[in-house]
Amino acid sequence: MSLKSFGKVEVLYRKNPNSFVLIPIFLITLALFSVSLPGKFFTVSNFSSIAFQLPELGILTIAMAITMLSGGINLSIIATANLAGIIMATIMKSQSLVANLSGVNLVTLAIVVGLSTSVIIGFINGIIISYIGVSPILATLGTMTLLNGISILTTKGYVISGLPDEMIAVGNNSILGIPIPFIIFIIIAIVINFWLRKTTSGLSNYLVGSNENAANYSGINTRKVLLKTYTISGLLSGIAAIIMISRFNSARAGYAESYLLVTVLASVFGGFDPNGGSGRIPNLIFSLFILQMVASGLNLLGISSHLAGALWGTILIVVMLLQNKRKNES
Amino acid sequence: MSSLFKRNEFYLGLIILCLVIFLSITTNSFLTIENLLELFTSYSFLGIMAAGMLVVLISGGLDLSFTATATISQYIMATTIIKYGGNLFIAFLIGAGIGIALGLLNGLLVHYIKVHPMIITIATLNLFKGLLMFFSKGKWIYNFPLWFSEPYDIMVFKNSEGYIYPISLPLFIFIVVLIVTGFLLKYTILGRKIYAMGGNKEAARRMGFNLFALTLFVYGYMGFLAGIGSVAHALMVQTVAPNAIIGKELDVIAAVVLGGASLLGGSGTVIGTFLGIAMVAIISNAVILLGIPSYWYMIFLGAIIITSVSITAYNYKLNMRKEAEIDVA
Repeated sequence: MSLKSFGKVEVLYRKNPNSFVLIPIFLITLALFSVSLPGKFFTVSNFSSIAFQLPELGILTIAMAITMLSGGINLSIIATANLAGIIMATIMKSQSLVANLSGVNLVTLAIVVGLSTSVIIGFINGIIISYIGVSPILATLGTMTLLNGISILTTKGYVISGLPDEMIAVGNNSILGIPIPFIIFIIIAIVINFWLRKTTSGLSNYLVGSNENAANYSGINTRKVLLKTYTISGLLSGIAAIIMISRFNSARAGYAESYLLVTVLASVFGGFDPNGGSGRIPNLIFSLFILQMVASGLNLLGISSHLAGALWGTILIVVMLLQNKRKNES
Repeated sequence: MSSLFKRNEFYLGLIILCLVIFLSITTNSFLTIENLLELFTSYSFLGIMAAGMLVVLISGGLDLSFTATATISQYIMATTIIKYGGNLFIAFLIGAGIGIALGLLNGLLVHYIKVHPMIITIATLNLFKGLLMFFSKGKWIYNFPLWFSEPYDIMVFKNSEGYIYPISLPLFIFIVVLIVTGFLLKYTILGRKIYAMGGNKEAARRMGFNLFALTLFVYGYMGFLAGIGSVAHALMVQTVAPNAIIGKELDVIAAVVLGGASLLGGSGTVIGTFLGIAMVAIISNAVILLGIPSYWYMIFLGAIIITSVSITAYNYKLNMRKEAEIDVA
């Protein structure tokens, strides 16, 4: 069969090859689990629990993916989220503030301070990477270690728990049947997608990611682009922290540390090239859904979560091998 | 002499010297043979793995999965010698064998998937760790045979009062590994090829180097040392636990990078790596000896990593403006 007869399809494929892989995988995963788990998988309660679990990982993955798009990586996202979460929880538990502020004001203050912290951390990462010129792996490895240290120091390793009801509502309530975390996640996905595809500063990430020197010589201020990207990555980690602490009803150093590698996996699976320069948010959402469905399906099947971890590693390797093959062909 | 001032090792050595002088003045127990021997023995397994990491970094690669490799080697070694008996040589042989096998798998994947090795080894880390936890069920192993629990001291010093200062087997292996790795890197064709590959892969390929074989060797060597290091670790702590080594991968990379190895490949020395490990060890020891809450250890380590890589990167940037040169140690 000649490809010409598929002219339109081919154009679509060329435009967005990853969707062509991800959407079928998404449908196959959905079908496989629905058939093998009748009455358990394809249910409102299962999808509602997926919708509650996905946003945390999802927002952190977007925070990771945008730095990978620019040709870097941000290993400090989880550490940033934990520190921001600890700061928010500390403010909400502080005696003098609790006595003087109403619940909503207290939560707002905590969130504002927490998000500002995460923005500052992202900004510092950006400065170290773009202006001093440290490789992103090392820079964020350093900030990750430092931030984890600060988190442990401030909490002495204890859990800060018992947050105000207004805070717990953010992570556990629904509006019109849609979980609030999921709404936040979708809004972020739309905003970031708009930023990446429709604004100059967002689009510059694709250019910086595919060739930093070329981008620099063609008049793009690569330093500014990277600074902005890492700052946004920090902010997103802070937003993830809000959902994280309200869902756990607590904050602690070292929460969700295993997510770090999963965010890299989800980004690569979603078509974000680890070498930078390509990747789209809609594909990332499919990738997140697939991973979350696999996790919840395996859980319902009673398969050890450790084996699921091994499976994710294998999936990542297979996906990279396939992408590599495709790259060689084209 | 002037080239000495340009070297990263020189500054690292200077900082360590300052730390040593400071600790010798403020504490009585730091500059004693017991403390130093004990300190370096407890860091020997990390040091052994750091030597492997150095070779991987010089080749322009990165391996995050070696801690999982080491733990798998440990479990298989421990269950085998407990079930079938054996001797120390067999224990090391099993550890090294498993390590090499998993390392070669990494090498294969790194060669065939043209993606940054960090991503690939994150995948294999997940794979190895998942399988390890599934099969071991997270159980700890204590009941080593008696011969495994004997102290194997290579050299024993006695002072005038009859105190004994042993150089334990793990420390001895650490020293041997450093010497062998140093020789390999500096005086063999293979070692020089690894520098060349890390410095400029395309150039190395056009020179006719077999990059596939080099990649396999580099990751195999990392696996080999992870296996050896894991047995040394088991000898030292006499237990095998799923989380004893996993999670230390970034510590090892930090030590090697502090020692002047570049993540871009093509540079790094064994002396630098030794100093990097010494630095990490001394900081952790200082925190304990000075009675500072141990949480500060991570803060110090993080701050030192950021400062040191920033200075290196900034100097590199300044040098790039002046001239382009290839740095082969």
